[in-house]
Amino acid sequence: MSHRYFASVSVLAVLIAVVLFALVLAQAPSGDAKADAPAKTWNMPRTPDGQPDLQGFWTNATYTPLERPKDVTKEFYTKEEAAEIEKRGAERESAQTVPGTIPDVHYDFTQFGLDRHQGTYASNLRTSLIVDPPDGKIPPMTVEGQTRVAERAEARKRRGGPNDAVQNMPLGARCLIMEGPGPPMLAPAYNSNYQIVQAPGYVMILVEMIHDVRMIPLDGSPHLPPHIRQWMGSSRGRWEGETLVVETTNFTDKNPFRGSSETMRVIERFTRVDEDTIVYKFTIEDPSTWTRPWSAEVPMKQTVGPLFEHACHEGNYGLANTLAGARAEEKRAAEETAKKESR
Amino acid sequence: MRMWVMCSTRATLAVAAVLFLAVTPAAGQAGYRAPRTADGKPNLNGIWQAFNDANWDIEGHAAQAGPPALGAIGAIPPGLGVVEGGPIPYLPAVAAKKKENFDKRWTADPELKCYLPGVPRGTYMPHPFQILQTPKYIMIVLQYAGAVRTIYMDDPGPAPADSWMGWSAGRWEGETLVVDSTGFNDQTWFDRAGNFHSDALHVVERFTATSPHHLTYEATIEDPKVFSRPWKISMPLYRRLEQNAQLMEFKCVEFVEELMYGHLRKQPSK
Repeated sequence: MSHRYFASVSVLAVLIAVVLFALVLAQAPSGDAKADAPAKTWNMPRTPDGQPDLQGFWTNATYTPLERPKDVTKEFYTKEEAAEIEKRGAERESAQTVPGTIPDVHYDFTQFGLDRHQGTYASNLRTSLIVDPPDGKIPPMTVEGQTRVAERAEARKRRGGPNDAVQNMPLGARCLIMEGPGPPMLAPAYNSNYQIVQAPGYVMILVEMIHDVRMIPLDGSPHLPPHIRQWMGSSRGRWEGETLVVETTNFTDKNPFRGSSETMRVIERFTRVDEDTIVYKFTIEDPSTWTRPWSAEVPMKQTVGPLFEHACHEGNYGLANTLAGARAEEKRAAEETAKKESR
Repeated sequence: MRMWVMCSTRATLAVAAVLFLAVTPAAGQAGYRAPRTADGKPNLNGIWQAFNDANWDIEGHAAQAGPPALGAIGAIPPGLGVVEGGPIPYLPAVAAKKKENFDKRWTADPELKCYLPGVPRGTYMPHPFQILQTPKYIMIVLQYAGAVRTIYMDDPGPAPADSWMGWSAGRWEGETLVVDSTGFNDQTWFDRAGNFHSDALHVVERFTATSPHHLTYEATIEDPKVFSRPWKISMPLYRRLEQNAQLMEFKCVEFVEELMYGHLRKQPSK
């Protein structure tokens, strides 16, 4: 009796493993970032409660632009072309700042390891992160979208110069929010680091910059009610096979994404394809802004932890000093004018 | 092939003994044994909140006026305090700083500027927080300012740099999660009453489930530059039971910009 029981359990276990492995292969996206997809037998790790395991430290740093460059028409570079682009990117980043210039006073990115080429980044043969539309560009805007962009530009002009008041400065300089969390998640200027942690019912994405947390429930609960809007929207996730699908709504109008409206809906797909890589794909649906949805694919590579605390606002001396400096400049200019006029 | 379960009497007794010990409540408070996570640890996952007046003043206090313009909204509610065994033992040399902080609390409290609250203040802010528990990392995410604490369950070594929320190593002692934190800067307060610390702060916290909906939270605070001995606070933490309980965004930096930078606005030219 024991022989047959154990044997049948073994057969069942093998069958389950084969089915799961087949599912992993089926989920691997076509048009992969790597032109020569590896044929190694890698098994998707699982969390203790059975979710595909996306946990770890990841970066989405890349040299690939969101939109295809003007003079490029193909979808993929050759390996040599891609290597040349990365080499030129690394040279640009390594250019030493000239002493006494503004870039030198700000800081040399390479001094603090803030540049991409000294850290982990995803090598990508794609000529653009955008994979749909096929021309690799953000689709045309609707009339409503263009009007909104123009109105926002007008409102910005009415508010005055960027150093006139804190509210005129970029959101990142104010330590309100940067590109990292989105959604969609794109690499900020540096420290494009994320930590994914999974517990039953939740996927948590900790973004290093400004320590923003995306807490994504998997329980099928409804999004926040429509009158409650948030900087990072309201996200709900579910597993479709081995892919985490996250839908986000309830955005505010305070941080438009490439001109989006607050009715934008973002659908993200996270698929771990090997030990070191999550393929992250996002789709933007915003019919009041663009004539059609558009999608991009961003490889995330495993990197080394831990994430450090980024107490952005607490350490934001630069913001106050920039404003104070602008006021001191105005005062000095006013005094010089007064002196000239009094002669 | 042998069967998994052996039939001998000795083996049966051994198995029974193991099962008995496994289900006997360990030494948690009131003998409550929390359900287990998949890796066999007490399950502290959930959304929790303190409901007391500790954030106003961790020591016992009567009600007091707040800023006049805020009337009863900004008045300080009374509280019995959460400090165990007498007043906070400030060293005589630094006791004056506590009074100085208290006297200028309506301008000097880091909470006014939406600064990160540190430990243990983050635990008893008037906002929920979420515990996300895995074998290697236990994340504590505060709704307040989106503050995050990473509790490393594998020894992370010494803190690589000072931080606002500290550097935390966690371990299990039976039913209790013990969190040992160092690497703090000296910028946070313990409450709105100006109780403070230095960068030598060392906090040991204990989280123990005492019912399906309560944790008992204890924190022992040690700081040889500020206090003459370690001292302790304790309080219940309550599970948020609403069906759709979730952390919402409290990105308060936006709300304090006028307070912090309004005086640097360009004035219209005359």
